[in-house]
Amino acid sequence: MDTISLLMQGFAVALSPESIMFAVAGAILGTLIGALPGLGPANGVAILIPLAFSLGLSPTSSLILLTSVYAGAMYGGRISSILLNIPGDEPAMMTCLDGYPMALKGKAAEALAISAIASFIGSFIATIGLVILAPILAKFALKFGPSEYFALFALAFATLGGITGKNQFKTLMAAAIGLMIATVGIDISTGVQRYTFNTLELFEGVDFIIAIVGLFAISELLFFLERHAGDGLKQVAINKLKLSAKDIIKVLPASIRGALLGFVSGVLPGAGASLGSFISYTLEKRTSDKGEFGHGDPRGVAAPEAGNNGAASGALVPMLTLGVPGSGTTAVLLAMLISLNISPGPMLFQQNADLVWGVIAAMFVGNLVLLLLNIPMVGIFVKLLSIPPKYLMPIVTLIASVGIYSVSHSALDLYFMVGFGVAGYIFRKVDIPLVPIILGMLLGPEMEKSLRHALVLSDGDWGVLFNSGLSIGLWTVAILGLVLPIVVGPIVRAKMARSKNSTS
Amino acid sequence: MLKNLSLKSVLVSSAVALSMVGQAHAYEPARSAECIAPANPGGGWDFTCRSVGKVLVDQDYIKGNVQTVNMSGAGGGVAFAHTVSKRTKDDNLIVAASTATTTRLAQGQFPGMNSDQVKWVGTLGADYGIIAVGKDSKYTSLNQLIDALKQDPTSVKFAGGSASGGWDHLKVLMTAQKAHVENLPKVRYLAFSGGSEALVQVVGGHVDAFTGDVSEVKGFMDSGDLRVLAVLSEQRLPAPFNTIPTAMEQGIDSVAPNWRGFYVPGKASQDSYDWWVDTMNELYTTQEWKDIMTKNGLMPFHKSGAEFTQFVKNQTLDIQILSKDIGLIR
Repeated sequence: MDTISLLMQGFAVALSPESIMFAVAGAILGTLIGALPGLGPANGVAILIPLAFSLGLSPTSSLILLTSVYAGAMYGGRISSILLNIPGDEPAMMTCLDGYPMALKGKAAEALAISAIASFIGSFIATIGLVILAPILAKFALKFGPSEYFALFALAFATLGGITGKNQFKTLMAAAIGLMIATVGIDISTGVQRYTFNTLELFEGVDFIIAIVGLFAISELLFFLERHAGDGLKQVAINKLKLSAKDIIKVLPASIRGALLGFVSGVLPGAGASLGSFISYTLEKRTSDKGEFGHGDPRGVAAPEAGNNGAASGALVPMLTLGVPGSGTTAVLLAMLISLNISPGPMLFQQNADLVWGVIAAMFVGNLVLLLLNIPMVGIFVKLLSIPPKYLMPIVTLIASVGIYSVSHSALDLYFMVGFGVAGYIFRKVDIPLVPIILGMLLGPEMEKSLRHALVLSDGDWGVLFNSGLSIGLWTVAILGLVLPIVVGPIVRAKMARSKNSTS
Repeated sequence: MLKNLSLKSVLVSSAVALSMVGQAHAYEPARSAECIAPANPGGGWDFTCRSVGKVLVDQDYIKGNVQTVNMSGAGGGVAFAHTVSKRTKDDNLIVAASTATTTRLAQGQFPGMNSDQVKWVGTLGADYGIIAVGKDSKYTSLNQLIDALKQDPTSVKFAGGSASGGWDHLKVLMTAQKAHVENLPKVRYLAFSGGSEALVQVVGGHVDAFTGDVSEVKGFMDSGDLRVLAVLSEQRLPAPFNTIPTAMEQGIDSVAPNWRGFYVPGKASQDSYDWWVDTMNELYTTQEWKDIMTKNGLMPFHKSGAEFTQFVKNQTLDIQILSKDIGLIR
């Protein structure tokens, strides 16, 4: 068992004191960020990327820190869902359905504990899935030539909106903005500079990290300024925890089913965590015997939590093996990898085995840390919810600016960061999603390169794009991904809205 | 963190101040020095700065610390411009460079700048170029591959990790030129964003041949997925690469070392330049540096001072002529 021994080596990396420290720090920061309404996992990771740069961390430590933040944010998202009925991010929405009623019944502590356990099971099972699936997919990735990659990127763009996406047109518009930004800089296929106006700083294009920090972190700051400058959220009191082993056993099947469904939807491009938690919840509601779903059934908390955490780990599979991110947060992590000069893909498992397996092992460690942190310390996180943003946001801005500056020592990058921040604020005001912009920036150059390579190899014959079973299969899924949301999307959204309305 | 940062900048500026005072006498290195790596953390230049900085401190050449500053942009152009315009008299600054730097200078990709604007200190090793094919390829020697190119320059497609016109691309063209292949602009080169991406395509059987550096191919060589046809060095490399024949053995006079070295600002004092040259000469012979070279697949390649300056001039000129010949630049 090659995988097992590699994983053991990974644990040797993950269990070093330094790695544990970063995993714990990431878990705490992530939970905090996830708990704050509006700051989702993508923002969390975006805010902390500059921190990793300015601390001069090694690639392994940076990734351990950021994946822990990612996992922590998925955990944290549920705290405000349950206590305040405000989801920290979209996937946490389903947790409101039964979590908030439980809190109203005076069972907030139980709801938080159950969701922590379900989150743990979700992440744990999905990380095992990642361990099994990733090396297989990494070998399979050798079958991807330029034309297959082109089809895969087309698929990634086609499924960008996802099944639950609202406005396909705005999604496409956002992707186009990303693609346009991506054309700045040297065109590696010809060596020609595009849109650089002889400005040296632009020769390598616009840095993704700057765009990400600007779009996510700085625009968030502007929103905070606008929304509630200064005030913290109201304090919520929670009851004393009374949870028996029987209660835990009762939610186990729901958690395991949720985890598996979540993992699968995370691996599929475009589906993502929202769908993972939605499917897990509806399936649980349908298959379970008499329950009081929507009125505070513990299984209604466990299933979607396991689902969204499972999907979070599942989304790492295509990102690590193919270099194609399945969600906004994995896109941010991908940008981070590229900035550290690590190219994802099959070679990652060969050349950076230490790093990959170290990070995977750190996910196990991080999850355990999260579980241990979340049950006894939930009171502290709840208190943190009431930290006034007037103290929090300046710190975020400071970290972001110092980090961005320390990457390139160029003041121009700071102007760009602020520029992206203002643009991000405007985009969000007019409901243009930000994630497709980042994906456009990341995938655009790759897609262009694949197309050109395919055509060079075929001496200009466009037929090459459809000449293997694999590429035809990918094109088929891409077309389905574009058409299905138009047909099925309204039905799914209506159901999501109905189940939400019926409870609140 | 902020405190730490400002402390560092105080250190650096006081180092600069110290060196100004010291200029009246023979150069004494300041307590701390700065090494600019013109790329993000994790790449070759970053490695050059960090590893050399560590040896400089470990061996007591520098009493304080050597701080690596990452300054990415324009493939080293931003750092070059910074050195030429803002740090031109700084005695305590070294900047990492490699063949990529000379390639860009030669092709005019640092607008308005040339290699005379800085002082070239020396190299501390090199990574030699290789040409390889997948294990199922029909080519078993460099000459077979070159013969195919002579028949039809579009018949063999190459994948490499640099942009079109970059060092990986030039290596193929240099080799083909030495072997008298005609119609060089027709030779197909697929640019990838890194050597490993290009390798996967060759190993996966999607592209015919790989052009890159020897340090990139060890994994796939060991697994038997890759057949290395030639290394572009004067002599065979030490084990485990001693099984690879050189291009010269096969009658093609092509040598392509991707050197790793440094330059200092153009108006740095002569004394400080001499100090850096001597120090790099000594550093190159230390056991600690030898271990770093072995561990990271760097091969022996050392030139310094006037010899290195001449080498950089010649290399820049060669690349310029080749780039014009094949229509990459006018």
